[in-house]
Amino acid sequence: MMNNKYLDSVRVMLGGEPRKMDASEFTEEAKTIHFYKKNETLDFVALKKEARAHQKKGKWLKRRWAALLAINLLFVVSYWFDIQILEGALTASRMLGFHLIDLNSALQVMLAHKHIIVNLFIGTGTVFVLWLLLGGRTFCSWVCPYHFLAENAERLHVWLVGKKIVTDHAFHRGVRTMFWALFALMAIITGYTVFETISPTGIVSRALIYGPGVALGWVAVLLMFEVFYSRRAWCRYVCPIGLTYGFVGVFSPLHVTYKLADCHHEGECRKVCEVPHVLDCVIKGRAPAAQLDIGADCTRCGMCIDVCPSGALAFEIKGLRKIM
Amino acid sequence: MTTEKKPAAPGGGAINKRKLEERRRFLRSIILGAAVLGISTLGYIPVASAWRVRMRPPGALEESDFLSSCIKCGQCVQVCPVQAIKLDDLDQGFGVGVPYIDSRKQACDFSCDAVQCILACPTGALVYKKPPFMPSRSEMKVAAPPILLAKEKDPEPTLNLRERAGLARLARPDACLAVLGKGCKGPARGADFKGVMRFVEVDRWKPIPLRDHPFDLPLCDLCVRTCPIKGAISLEAVVDKNGIKRMTPTVHEPCLGCGVCEMVCPVESAAIVVDPRKGWGA
Repeated sequence: MMNNKYLDSVRVMLGGEPRKMDASEFTEEAKTIHFYKKNETLDFVALKKEARAHQKKGKWLKRRWAALLAINLLFVVSYWFDIQILEGALTASRMLGFHLIDLNSALQVMLAHKHIIVNLFIGTGTVFVLWLLLGGRTFCSWVCPYHFLAENAERLHVWLVGKKIVTDHAFHRGVRTMFWALFALMAIITGYTVFETISPTGIVSRALIYGPGVALGWVAVLLMFEVFYSRRAWCRYVCPIGLTYGFVGVFSPLHVTYKLADCHHEGECRKVCEVPHVLDCVIKGRAPAAQLDIGADCTRCGMCIDVCPSGALAFEIKGLRKIM
Repeated sequence: MTTEKKPAAPGGGAINKRKLEERRRFLRSIILGAAVLGISTLGYIPVASAWRVRMRPPGALEESDFLSSCIKCGQCVQVCPVQAIKLDDLDQGFGVGVPYIDSRKQACDFSCDAVQCILACPTGALVYKKPPFMPSRSEMKVAAPPILLAKEKDPEPTLNLRERAGLARLARPDACLAVLGKGCKGPARGADFKGVMRFVEVDRWKPIPLRDHPFDLPLCDLCVRTCPIKGAISLEAVVDKNGIKRMTPTVHEPCLGCGVCEMVCPVESAAIVVDPRKGWGA
């Protein structure tokens, strides 16, 4: 049963549809909560109004953007003012002398070059442990500068969809798994780090630090595609960096946790989520336990926590008590 | 058997509509896959055609190994005291984010004394000494450890480099001031030139703009006097085809292809240039 949870979370991350649990898989506690919820009649409008009045608006959004900007700015000032705290770019860097190497970039280099040197190994190990502790795809929403651009493009997209000016076109999520495998294969076969050429994460990071170039045109094309055609297309359906970190986050102690009893099943969280399939359990009648960990594909961005009017979602470190 | 009819889908239209959308989504996904892979392989064109042969930082592996092992982080850029190293753009395809040196604009003059870019490289794309399993060409190897003139009097006068990055060549002897018997007065590259260089007699630890260091030479020998490597270049009396003895810059085996001669050459365009990745005797 315990292993199944992780397997399911990986299967969903790779593109599988979230599974509806059998009655036998529900805990007694969950069954009881679902039973009482069936007869529950709530005044959602009043509840939401009440909750909003007491909510700190965009608490996690503010923290996350502050962290993301601070980290990227640290790269920039380290070079510009030669303070040497965080040297390099997001693909590989040195923090106060310690090697930090992006896992996906390292993978591309290892597969293309077919040799691994000690520094590469050390830097990759450090980053692996770091994101194992901090939640894998936490990298995406808390560090990646393209994520920042894309989530703002997303706002525009959602607004345009609301105005019925554009329609959202979804892709099959499994296509990202295919990309991950193909980019790995292409690195092996061609001997070049093919993905790095088009990676907006690397391009934006380098542009911030070393100055802009033609490559930003490609990033603009991606953003336009996301605004006018498909919501968050790069992060949802293409980016192998996200999937690499997703694997790291499978067993991470830091995750978003869901409390069935507190949930009003309004679905606000799924509307703002970059990866709504991880929030399948919030649909009425789905959650098989009273408390659930949100799956590996979750970027730990905290948007769902910010938007939840009833406090059913929260960050949690496994083993510790709830921190926030 | 032949008349067996397919059972009509229960619910009719609704299911069909969902199936249709699923089919569309599948098709879209295939197109997305093909498009992204197609675009990413476009990066091969500039590499395969080698439309711009780049000078790599010192200690770089052979070109294809260099492109595959470089993680495109720019740490070499950050440690260079003369900012000779730049990162390439998307027009270089797979070479995007890969470091290069434009010697004419800013050459590597080994101001750092220690080839720090190699030290900074996290993936071994730049190395002091190639590991035995790494492909290398014998003509790139230098016969003896190169002596850096700036630290000739130090206990350890050599540069930790075993291979050259290229080789200097007098490309336009008919334009060379030395060959023409002409001198050189004032800043080597004019008052607007932004390149910097280390002059040991000014300050061993601080490179200064070339324009702040004017020369007054009866016979131009800038490439020889600014060359940072001992014995890499000299002015030799060469008898030309008309039987006239002319002083000619002559490149010798210790040349590492650092490009300082190309940067300082006062003639437009430079009379002496560095051929990237060219070896001695090749």
